Amino acid sequence: MTDRQGFFDLGKTGITRRTVIKGLAATGAGVVAPGFVRYAQAQSSAPIKIGFQCHRTGIGAAYGRWYEKTTNAAIKLINEAGGINGRQVEIIIEDDGTDAGRGAEVVGKFANQHKTDIIYGTLFSNVVIGSAPTAGELKIPYYVVSEGYHVASGKLNRYCLQPGITDVRAQVTSVAPWIAANAGKKVTMVFPDYAFGYDHRDYLPPALKKAGAEIIAQIAIPPTESSFTKYFPQIPADTDVIYHVMVGPAVLTFVKELGEFYGSNGPKLFGFIDSLEAVDINSPGLDYLDGSHFWEGAPRYAQADDSDAMKAYRAAVGIDDNGASVSDPKDVSTAAHMFGCWETLYVIKKAMEDSGYKGPEDRAKLIEATEALTEFAEGPEHPQGKKVFNGKIHQVFGTQNISKLEGGKLTVVHKTSIEDGQYEAEADYTTQPL
Amino acid sequence: MAFGPHLLLAVLEGLVTSAVLALTALGLSLVFGVMRVVNVAHGELFMLGAVLAWAITTTIGGNPAIGFMAALVLAPLIVGAVALAAERLVLRKVNYDPEATIVATIGLLYIIQQLALTFYGADARPVPPPFNMRISLPWFGYSGYKLSIIGASALLLILSWLVMTRTKAGLIMRATQYDRETAQAFGIPVDRVYAGVFALGAMLAAVAAVLIVPISQAHYLMGQDPLLLSFIVVIIGGLGSLRGTVVAAVLIGVSDGVISMFFSPTLAKMIATLLVAMVLVFRPHGLFGKAAQ
Repeated sequence: MTDRQGFFDLGKTGITRRTVIKGLAATGAGVVAPGFVRYAQAQSSAPIKIGFQCHRTGIGAAYGRWYEKTTNAAIKLINEAGGINGRQVEIIIEDDGTDAGRGAEVVGKFANQHKTDIIYGTLFSNVVIGSAPTAGELKIPYYVVSEGYHVASGKLNRYCLQPGITDVRAQVTSVAPWIAANAGKKVTMVFPDYAFGYDHRDYLPPALKKAGAEIIAQIAIPPTESSFTKYFPQIPADTDVIYHVMVGPAVLTFVKELGEFYGSNGPKLFGFIDSLEAVDINSPGLDYLDGSHFWEGAPRYAQADDSDAMKAYRAAVGIDDNGASVSDPKDVSTAAHMFGCWETLYVIKKAMEDSGYKGPEDRAKLIEATEALTEFAEGPEHPQGKKVFNGKIHQVFGTQNISKLEGGKLTVVHKTSIEDGQYEAEADYTTQPL
Repeated sequence: MAFGPHLLLAVLEGLVTSAVLALTALGLSLVFGVMRVVNVAHGELFMLGAVLAWAITTTIGGNPAIGFMAALVLAPLIVGAVALAAERLVLRKVNYDPEATIVATIGLLYIIQQLALTFYGADARPVPPPFNMRISLPWFGYSGYKLSIIGASALLLILSWLVMTRTKAGLIMRATQYDRETAQAFGIPVDRVYAGVFALGAMLAAVAAVLIVPISQAHYLMGQDPLLLSFIVVIIGGLGSLRGTVVAAVLIGVSDGVISMFFSPTLAKMIATLLVAMVLVFRPHGLFGKAAQ
């Protein structure tokens, strides 16, 4: 299990004055000793260290595994092309157990023990919210790939950025008009009862209202729930569409029980693929989803109009046309989200190059350089598509896909524009001191 | 939905929960009753049963019913063997000392959980039910398989009761539970009884897991909830009492179903916990438990 008490955390072992003096003496001798040149000019040759806060265990583990694969693929390419500012990039991974408390500990560990330059890669919103204050206190840049609205809301701090994936508020705002026009006017929402779900709960209703539809019921489900039939009676009988967004291992049960409850004459379904990331869409029991629609950040299945950049990205990460691992067709990826890791790493590279980043003393410059970015063109570094970055709220905006599940695969039927998802910024991080 | 059908659905859901809970809790209760061992790893043995069910059904393939039947037989046997090994290698070595066994079973919990994570992975994997039948009621549809869980569990509980009350093995277990030293003096191989009971308790958890896995997937963290609920059931029902366990499981399961459907799932958990506190205050030995000798 995780090391909650920090028994194995070397940073916490007692250090006596004598050992410090001994160590100092040894270090001094080492630096003075002739021929000891290793990293004497540390910043110019030592690798840039990126701490990857990874959900290796806990309910986010499937995402964590694919975030790791994507990260490794991107870093391999970056290093082959000469690294960042002429230095190789090294990824250091710590497992946060998809746990908010552990997340904050991991941030401290990166900053104090591994002495990484930055921290990157978190997905689950509870971990991001739990870790952000520590990142702010330690003044270490924290690039998340979380899609939660917490970064853009201004609730976090100047050291937290989300430059690789569109936030949930923009996502729901951009898909709402399509739902109202194509799926139905009376919508019942089913969402997880924590931060990520609240972004949906709070921002879908106003967006739908603007599009002429309405939410007639909102059903919050605890993220650890394993049985769902008990919630279904709360779905009003006149519901046209069930808007579902779920996370965690019980998603298959949710769909199966929905199918058993309604049979063939239930409402239409519109879901966020988050529910089924890393899950084979053709798993037994998921037949009920056939014909329903999903939001996807990046399409899981290879599409007819995929760009060369998208094809190259898919090949580099190692996913086949069905969005599963090329080495194991049963290992389905989290394609709708993990592109964000790839794109975030290229944004970090760009910002480090713009700021002439040399080491931890340049962290403030790195933040400012990231804030100064405005647009990312579609291409090998941004295979999912063009993006617009708002430096004031540290949030990127891109296009979203709506896909239909038919014949055992997801096909994109509508692409939203970047403008569809834009909202008025409610915060300005650039006024906070660095 | 009208009140009547709503209540029916709530009770059905509650009974499914009760059915699985009764089997799992019975295993826990048996181990405590006979051995005085608080098996904290019980939930992980449950999880192991579910994971093995997935492994067995995917290995066999073909008709889901055949794979499921194989899992129903094999998974508990394997889990029983694992428990037997744990009993011989760990619990016996610490002499069944109550404090030491708690720590040892906590260790066992982590070992089993992390082994599952290492070899099975962090994904939730589905096991196809042996048959797919949707029972269509005028107000809502319900899974035929879920109803069959209730039947299967009832059957197993009756079987357990018969074993406990009508066979020599049951007599020996009850004798050991009643007074270990006297039983030993009468030539009962207490040591072997302990090994058997620990394996049997684990097998009950595994059977429950195989029954539930087609409706809830196998996942390496799935052992936590059943463990907690089993403790609640065992405390309310009285440790070591089969009747108490069943009554408490039905009470907790159905009230959980009804309360969480009409109010909220959180309230259901709160009330269950409150009930435990009340029982501990007013009837420390549980509703049907007897005071320790």
